Amino acid sequence: MTQFSTRHLTGIRELTETDLHLVFQTAEEFKEVINRPIRKVPSLRDLTIANLFFENSTRTRLSFELAEKRLSADVVNFSAAQSSVKKGETLVDTVNNILAMKVDLVVMRHPHPGAPHFLKERVNTQIINAGDGTHEHPTQALLDAFSMREKLGDLAGKRIAIIGDIRHSRVAVSNILCLQKLGAEVRVCGPKTLIPKHIASLGVEVSHDLDATLAWCDVANMLRIQLERQGGHDMIPYFPSLREYQARFGLTQSRLDKLDHPITIMHPGPINRGVEISSDVADGEHAIILNQVENGVAVRMAVIYLLAGVR
Amino acid sequence: MDSHVLIGPELFDRIVDRLAHQLLEHHTFQQTDLIGLQPRGVEFSKRLQKRLEELLPDQAIRCGALDATFHRDDFRRRNHPIAPSSTEMNFLVEDRKVILVDDVLHTGRTIRAGLDALMAHGRPRSVELLVLIDRRFRRELPIEPRYVGMAIDSIDEQYVRVKWDGSGRGGEVELFNRKPA
Repeated sequence: MTQFSTRHLTGIRELTETDLHLVFQTAEEFKEVINRPIRKVPSLRDLTIANLFFENSTRTRLSFELAEKRLSADVVNFSAAQSSVKKGETLVDTVNNILAMKVDLVVMRHPHPGAPHFLKERVNTQIINAGDGTHEHPTQALLDAFSMREKLGDLAGKRIAIIGDIRHSRVAVSNILCLQKLGAEVRVCGPKTLIPKHIASLGVEVSHDLDATLAWCDVANMLRIQLERQGGHDMIPYFPSLREYQARFGLTQSRLDKLDHPITIMHPGPINRGVEISSDVADGEHAIILNQVENGVAVRMAVIYLLAGVR
Repeated sequence: MDSHVLIGPELFDRIVDRLAHQLLEHHTFQQTDLIGLQPRGVEFSKRLQKRLEELLPDQAIRCGALDATFHRDDFRRRNHPIAPSSTEMNFLVEDRKVILVDDVLHTGRTIRAGLDALMAHGRPRSVELLVLIDRRFRRELPIEPRYVGMAIDSIDEQYVRVKWDGSGRGGEVELFNRKPA
């Protein structure tokens, strides 16, 4: 069989196109599994997986945990808020202590870009990156691409727009890398302050005009405006007001009505209804936001299965 | 490479025909479903389905494809996991009689995984096993078929390959002294 080219999933950057197709093919079968009357398979029954979340997360952690449990793995959860990290323990020590309890695989989210890359050189285990700072979020990109393929078929030549806060988004970087490997054209769109300076070096188009971008694309992936990064004394505001952002970059039904073709609407969540996307669009017939969540479990099952199966 | 043909095209059709008739001795197919094991039992189950529908023209025969990859007992014991095939089970087997179909029965481990996978689709009233080739004496688990196309004696290094003719009839079974690359 075709095999995964890597022992860890630290980023989309390290995956080949063959790896991506292997994940999609395997995830399709897991999607069938999770829609059976009995939604569980015994593949990982002698395996223990630690979910190490050094940064808050609800849905990614839940999705990983469900994926692991559907594969019959034993799961331990760790969150930095209630741990010895607060007492000054280093990352390598924390992880080595957990591994000493005979854990086979680590799923990690960390606020610092590159943390999983740092760790994989220093500890003896397989690592899946569940988001590292503003760097990568590979499983989100895989589930986004899987959901797009489900709706549109082969993505080669398809036009995908990533809209909103690109600057703070690890989802954007992983999505760009993944979609390009699959042959799609990618454009990012948002206010100048929320687009990183050198993003064009990744080979994407940059636009600040939402209506033109919507007319161009087949899929609009709306990213969350990170409200926690707006306002406050020590923070720089990236745009004057939410109302202004909504007026210029909010996706509304009236904007979609002006298009000559329907486009697929995606959002990695959590949604700020009425800011980057209006409620009627988020709940509309072309939105696949809940499909993304469902596919997230199947795609994560596939990634864990493919990595854990390597001897 | 050393190999010889165990079953040629004519005999192949005759065996499929005989197995279909044997099934009819025990089943009316009112309550019975055929389930082919992925990857190579599926083509076989479709052949049987077609032949049975010729023999029972008023009866639609349900046929599913079951993939047992995620239920195998050699996960992490091979260098890399096996890529799964599709499961196409558009019905539940709750309280049904199931004929599990595969091309070659060897150690019995695939069938064990198949039985496990099958239970995720309901609790069948009974399960019987039908195989084209039974490599008897190589069993590692207590699994025996009820319907057998041909039983052969072979050693572990040998390899049996079943080729299905794309036309929907005919085929060939070859025995190799070593697994071909």
